[in-house]
Amino acid sequence: MNSEQLKLENRKKDSNYRKNKVKSITFLIVLFIILLVTIVISLWAGSYGTTFKDIIQGIFNKAPDNRINIVVRNVRLPRIFTAIIAGAGLGVAGCILQVILSNPLASASTLGVSQGAVFGAAFAIIILGADSTGGSLLITASSFIASMGVALIILALSRFRQISPESIVLAGVAISSLFSGATTLLQYFADEVALTSLVFWTFGDLGSTNWSQIKLMALAALVISIYFIFRRWDFNALLSGTETAISLGINVKRLTVVNMILCCLLTATIVSYIGLINFIGLVAPHIVRMIVGNNHVYLIPGSILAGSTLLLLSDLFARTAISPIILPIGAITSFLGAPLFLYLLFKGRKKYAEN
Amino acid sequence: MLKIKDLCYRYSTGPQILKDIEFSMEEGKFLSILGNNGAGKSTMLKCLNKVIVPNRGSVQMNGEEILSMPPRKIAQKIAFVAQTIPSTQMTVQDMVMLGRKPYMTWGFSEEDHRIVYESLEALDLISMRGRFLNELSGGERQKVMLARALTQQPKLLLLDEPTSSLDIQNQYQVLDIVRDICHTRGIMAMVVLHDINLALAFSDEFLLMKEGSVYDYGDKDILDREALKQIYNIGGEIVEVKNRKMILVDQA
Repeated sequence: MNSEQLKLENRKKDSNYRKNKVKSITFLIVLFIILLVTIVISLWAGSYGTTFKDIIQGIFNKAPDNRINIVVRNVRLPRIFTAIIAGAGLGVAGCILQVILSNPLASASTLGVSQGAVFGAAFAIIILGADSTGGSLLITASSFIASMGVALIILALSRFRQISPESIVLAGVAISSLFSGATTLLQYFADEVALTSLVFWTFGDLGSTNWSQIKLMALAALVISIYFIFRRWDFNALLSGTETAISLGINVKRLTVVNMILCCLLTATIVSYIGLINFIGLVAPHIVRMIVGNNHVYLIPGSILAGSTLLLLSDLFARTAISPIILPIGAITSFLGAPLFLYLLFKGRKKYAEN
Repeated sequence: MLKIKDLCYRYSTGPQILKDIEFSMEEGKFLSILGNNGAGKSTMLKCLNKVIVPNRGSVQMNGEEILSMPPRKIAQKIAFVAQTIPSTQMTVQDMVMLGRKPYMTWGFSEEDHRIVYESLEALDLISMRGRFLNELSGGERQKVMLARALTQQPKLLLLDEPTSSLDIQNQYQVLDIVRDICHTRGIMAMVVLHDINLALAFSDEFLLMKEGSVYDYGDKDILDREALKQIYNIGGEIVEVKNRKMILVDQA
């Protein structure tokens, strides 16, 4: 084979790589389109039946029937935004937890970080007397502190004791039960008003956020996600092992601790507004990873999009399955996530980083 | 020119692993590090680019002190290939791209992509660019790791037992590539090897380690009966076959 032919041959083989890149980008675009379609359906579907045209007018407060304006602007839009932002935040937090702990089974809910956050919220309401309807910062702060406590235990176990990924999840189960038990105890001593507001945390509720809460949640999710995207190649380096990452000039300890804190902050913010939502953080990154592989350049935006889409789809299902009753969203996501979690356990971690 | 002086390392509550390591090496040389398990070979290698932070000592490259440089700067001068080869669902191209991480600001430049392409070409990996690492064989993956290390454009290449999981053909192929890189690009390579004959076939220089200290360093003439006895505790004959020096280990 002469050099011209060789070049041609190389270029042909080269297209293999391009194909992979195109596939990844196409997947992200498809996810985005699915999200858009789901948004439109979510706007339209609901117990208050209207025409599609009215809904669009309602977004801009211009529907002829003022009730439609109220339903769209005060009920459906906040709910949709809540689902998108919370889903994105949980998805991306799961993605980052999985890489910094090099554990495919990691996510806020499987490690007990979410359960810690729920306990923190309950503690703020019942013991510290925080106002549970206004979405006070005290609840978020208390959630964050409790979830950090869990994170520290997980970090200590995985980094310093070098425990296997499966055992970390076992530790997560123990921690989850501990905090669920503590939350139940708090509920036992709570008065009726506090109790009703607490119950929703254990099921998750996308329908009780107001615009100022949504803005705060969006701000947290946006800033933290941008930071994650900025660090995308650091995460890629971490995939080839701690030693290699250090040799590439990365401060692995700082990377792990800083990102763990950010994941906790994001999770605590979301949990303190909408309660406990299981498995989105676990499922979203895995769906994306199946298509694009382990490159965080695509994996991070993919997890954001997939998280949003999954939560919004689950909510759509929860609202429409036996309308007008709205099923608890946490139950729906668990039905979705638990089978995948089992599948991952059966499959083992062969396909993930073997380092 | 690389000068290593007084390099010491001990675990916080343990024995001294490295004792006053001192040697030097010149550009374009292939140096094999030989010694028994626990002699401190890997630890020494990792101390040079602060993957493990040594307690004291100095590593000077052309008069500059490596150990006081920021990690990014070190990564631009020294590349390291760990003993365990990662097998993750990441494309060959992306893995090699990681070698440009020490130079990266917000994203990778055209220049970075060009250097990655050159490294892939040098190791004949162009056709595998789009394949996932976990679909490749051990030898192919080791070549990817070498390409990644080259992409860092280092002056010094540290390889921790690069042949340990490879078959014989791949062992020779990988080391041949490393030697070629050293000689044509003037890069120094420090390679931990367990196979003395493999080391003899490729190395310009040898560093013999025993119990955390340097027993001897120099060219292949330092490998004699006494050295074998001292560092490996084995008897052996140094023979010459087809103009190549080889070691014939006595059987017990």
